[in-house]
Amino acid sequence: MEKIEYGQLKEQLYYEKLPNGLEVYILPKSGFNKTYATFTTKYGSIDNEFIPLSKDEKLHVPDGIAHFLEHKLFEKEDRDVFQDFGKQGASSNAFTSFTRTAYLFSCTSNVEMNLQTLLDFVQDPYFTEQTVEKEKGIIGQEIQMYQDNADWRLYFGLIESLYQKHPVKIDIAGTIESISQITKDLLYECYRTFYHPSNMLLFIVGPVDPEKMMQLVRDNQANKLYTDQPSIERFFEEEPEEVSQKKTVIQMTVQTPKCLVGIKTKQSGKTGRELLKFEIATTLLMDYLFGRSSDNYERLYQDGLIDDTFSYDYTAESNFGFAMVGGDTKQPDELAERLRSILLDTNYEGLSEETLSRVKKKKIGGVLRSLNSPEFIANQFTRYAFNGSSLFDALPILEEITIDDLKASAQEFINEKRMSVCQVVPKR
Amino acid sequence: MEVVSQHIHRLEGLNVHIIPTVKYKTNTLVLRMKAPLSEENVTYRAILPYVLQSGTKQHPSVKSIRQYVEDLYGAALAVDVNKKGEEHVISIYMDVANETYLQDAPPLLEKTVAMLADVLLHPAEENGAFVASIVESEKRALLQRIESAFDDKMRYANQRLIEEMCKEEPYRLSPNGQEEAVSSITPQSLYEYYKKALLEDEIDLYIVGDVTADALQLVEKYFSIPVRQQQQKQTAQAAAPRQEREVVEKQDLKQSKLNIGYRTHITYKDKDYFALQVFNGLFGGFAHSKLFRNVREKHSLAYYAASRYESHKGLLFVMSGIEGENYEKAVNIIGEQLTAMRNGDFTEEDMSQTKAVIKNQILETLDTPRGLMELLYHDVVADYKRPMDTWLGDVDRVTRDEIIAVANKIELDTIYLLQGSEEA
Repeated sequence: MEKIEYGQLKEQLYYEKLPNGLEVYILPKSGFNKTYATFTTKYGSIDNEFIPLSKDEKLHVPDGIAHFLEHKLFEKEDRDVFQDFGKQGASSNAFTSFTRTAYLFSCTSNVEMNLQTLLDFVQDPYFTEQTVEKEKGIIGQEIQMYQDNADWRLYFGLIESLYQKHPVKIDIAGTIESISQITKDLLYECYRTFYHPSNMLLFIVGPVDPEKMMQLVRDNQANKLYTDQPSIERFFEEEPEEVSQKKTVIQMTVQTPKCLVGIKTKQSGKTGRELLKFEIATTLLMDYLFGRSSDNYERLYQDGLIDDTFSYDYTAESNFGFAMVGGDTKQPDELAERLRSILLDTNYEGLSEETLSRVKKKKIGGVLRSLNSPEFIANQFTRYAFNGSSLFDALPILEEITIDDLKASAQEFINEKRMSVCQVVPKR
Repeated sequence: MEVVSQHIHRLEGLNVHIIPTVKYKTNTLVLRMKAPLSEENVTYRAILPYVLQSGTKQHPSVKSIRQYVEDLYGAALAVDVNKKGEEHVISIYMDVANETYLQDAPPLLEKTVAMLADVLLHPAEENGAFVASIVESEKRALLQRIESAFDDKMRYANQRLIEEMCKEEPYRLSPNGQEEAVSSITPQSLYEYYKKALLEDEIDLYIVGDVTADALQLVEKYFSIPVRQQQQKQTAQAAAPRQEREVVEKQDLKQSKLNIGYRTHITYKDKDYFALQVFNGLFGGFAHSKLFRNVREKHSLAYYAASRYESHKGLLFVMSGIEGENYEKAVNIIGEQLTAMRNGDFTEEDMSQTKAVIKNQILETLDTPRGLMELLYHDVVADYKRPMDTWLGDVDRVTRDEIIAVANKIELDTIYLLQGSEEA
């Protein structure tokens, strides 16, 4: 077991890669009541075309299958895993993102038993035609719930407008029609391909003894039969530079319109530290342009174009990335025009050092704040690790960012061709 | 076991709660002002903190305030308004990096305390009132907040249920105020209300973090809040018993939202408060509860089916998202679960499991500065001290008979359905 010290943050991280390929990280946090653990596979909604384990041909699977599989893993022949965790005083959950499926629990007692339960239930699938059919009703209602959620429709509407080919444009839960094609055999196929320990990461954070925890995980894994698996072949169609739609307008039963402007990144092939640095620089650039202390924010607010729902965000993964900015507004067209113009017409050569220094300080405070949260640490650490970098490198990288990094990010990132607008407006 | 160490000091009209801990990398300050919910003041209170955070004497604009707090290593400044039972609560939150984790640290805590005091006590003024342009901007933002409650259908359905259920009680009021009252707010009238609130509201300041008693001296240095002139106490009136009601409203939606309101007649002060918690845990609070197991897992009617209780007004809410055509079926299944609870149809194992999960939830909440502070604030709202050290034991001591008694005390009040239909 390796120990990694982060002196400035007063954190110690323990790491081991097990013989079956599973990567295990443990971050002891004394003073906390809660232990939080995530068991995550590098498999999300975008992984819809791949060569299944020990097959030769590409398989294209129905939209929403990764998320469906996540639901189904909780159901066993004789019981529901939620109940097992409940009996042990833990609460459990799971989520599926574009690139990951994570299973998790949090508890303040019976940590060892809960950890066993987590490892065992994820590594012991039980799918039948009957239980798969039953789940279609539940997930159908989940899909309908999101269909009525204006912010979700806006967010996905924008991603769909930005992308022509990349599967990030597919709704994570799929559609009622697409999930109707899911069968138990397809679920097993996906499971065998993506749930091998060598494609997974376990993160434990809380008031734990790292050596004891690691031994428990070692023993648990040693009892299970896994044969080595070659790395998974996944296929993504090349994404053209142009967006799919310059503008999308969705009509819904709302009173206040919503507007988001987005830009997708170029396919850059960045990974690891380089990707992390680009992500941080781009996030700082967004803070610089749209933060609440910026001239732009002040003007937009005074002109009545934005309210406190205004926000911006940048997401970077290894083969896609996008930024979005916007919120509720009475004048969605005017807001779209103003945001586009801020992005396109800012003189990036004239960025000020003083402002950068301020937004950097703000970000440093933000990183420290987020490290109060075990959930944030476990989830983001895993995300960074799957992209070949480390969450705990974020602070030193942040400190070294210069005005030239922001200029470079603007230069590479901001381009009208890769920009779309999405609006939700009241139904007429 | 001492779960939380809280030191309470009274500085004239301000109650200061200091909770020292080294768990976090930030220090958190929360200031709360509380007054009874009333139609007369609700809209003033809904806008007031947003105006206060938009300009101080020293930093008279949003931009200037935001630049200043960003320079304090991104100190967070945020406000909101909420209701706790029939109390209307204004909150101003600040948190700031603990200097220990920074290379060259300015005195961040002191600057943050000073900033919070400025926001509360030294707002930007013109002609003896708030700044007109700030008030105008915030009136517009408030209207948008009120409207956005309509746009979030889960929230909307919950709000409509409460309006119907509590028609004759202050609790019907939304903490965001009333749309029709916004236009009449002026910089003068709001300023007058502000001065009155500063004299009459019950004001509490919580400081959670790596702090010592010195923090109290900082508060003393920057805050001066006169002793309260009068104690305002509003006892939640029990609504007169009446007929169960059913309200159906149609909108163009994919999914119907079913929200059901009950009266528990139990609040934070009551001795069966923890029995209510265990009841709720068995009934609908968790993924192992009856509602989730039956409405979702057994009958596949919904993705979410849950219940939650309100601690100070004595209400219980059930919420679920369903197909409109399954309305009656869902209502029946939910009703059957309550009947099962009344009949004691739950095992010892169900009880011990639920207690374990509730204790887990309490301990987890104590791990976040805001959660910790929320739990402590119950004492202030209820004006009743329930030492947190006894909570876990109180959960354990709940008996089967007490749970059944709670189930029998609970009365159905209103069933609300927001029915999705293609051309509503």
